[in-house]
Amino acid sequence: MALRKEHEIHGRRRGLNVGVGLMLGAFVILVMVLTFVKITDTDFTRAPGTANPAPSAEATD
Amino acid sequence: MTDVTNTPTMQGEAELGDYFALMKPRVMQLVVFTALVGMLAAPTSVHPVIGFASILFIAIGAGASGALNMWWDADIDAVMRRTAKRPIPAGKVAPGEALALGVALSGLAVMMLGLAANLLAAAMLAFTIFFYAVIYSMWLKRATPQNIVIGGAAGAFPPVIGWIVATGSFSVEAWLMFALIFMWTPPHFWALALFMKSDYDDAKVPMLTVTHGRPATRRHILAYTVLLALLAVGTAFTAIGGWIYLVTALVLNALFLLGAWRIWQRDEATAEADSYLVERKFFRLSLFYLFLHFGAILVEASLRPWGLGGW
Repeated sequence: MALRKEHEIHGRRRGLNVGVGLMLGAFVILVMVLTFVKITDTDFTRAPGTANPAPSAEATD
Repeated sequence: MTDVTNTPTMQGEAELGDYFALMKPRVMQLVVFTALVGMLAAPTSVHPVIGFASILFIAIGAGASGALNMWWDADIDAVMRRTAKRPIPAGKVAPGEALALGVALSGLAVMMLGLAANLLAAAMLAFTIFFYAVIYSMWLKRATPQNIVIGGAAGAFPPVIGWIVATGSFSVEAWLMFALIFMWTPPHFWALALFMKSDYDDAKVPMLTVTHGRPATRRHILAYTVLLALLAVGTAFTAIGGWIYLVTALVLNALFLLGAWRIWQRDEATAEADSYLVERKFFRLSLFYLFLHFGAILVEASLRPWGLGGW
């Protein structure tokens, strides 16, 4: 038998805490995935604001 | 002396669902759908993760502006039957909590959209939140019967933001989608105002029904529906249109015009007699109207890679 009877307000508070916790966890995962996508999709060999380099003569042959 | 009229009394602690209700989930559905259509109808493709994150942050931004709106409008929400059960007037969430949630989520959504997509999209989201919370809620809603007309712009920005997420710039097609929602909003809300009867009078919100009377509101619904029909059908012949959209627009606008015509021909005695049946039908149709127009744009965009969508 439980030593203390749980009040209804505790259940409600737990629901809120678990919900907020899950959302924060999901947010962290989303930021991680987003960062991974941004890093792998970005061409870091080129200077910011410049267009794709023109293909060299050798490459077009 | 402190005026305690309509001051919400707190009833215990709020649940997660109460905070979610602050974000106007039904409006968020419309925002998510139209922003998604705007993003997918754009000629540039978006990485699925970036697309998902962008739509999520646009939805959070919309929800945040909804929370700010509920914070500001708590006094009139308490008076109106339709809104009396919202979390603040129902005493479930304190006004200060709604304000804090709205401000915090607005900042988060704008910042994250800027990082996930681009700065122009983030700037447009910030402007949309400002427009809805400040220009519409704080200023226009209680000041002019044109509140719904100008304020409707706030709900019309999401497809433009979705388009900017994909392309990084504005375009005519994005503004056509904006115009579709912008022109649809007044007849949609005026029909609601007709059958919600005394709600807006009681709350002293200067809706057209209150300031210019119901016959004038009926005339305005017809006029805006005619303009909307021209715009909606005309969109069929642009880059986001096609056969599927054209057929959808022709059918829906014929029905919408018929509804508006019938509303215009009725007087209050006739409407009272059948409990505003025609006005209620028109309002229900307006929900399908917008959903199906944007659905048709989405279908056209989805078929385009196979050479089937568009003209």
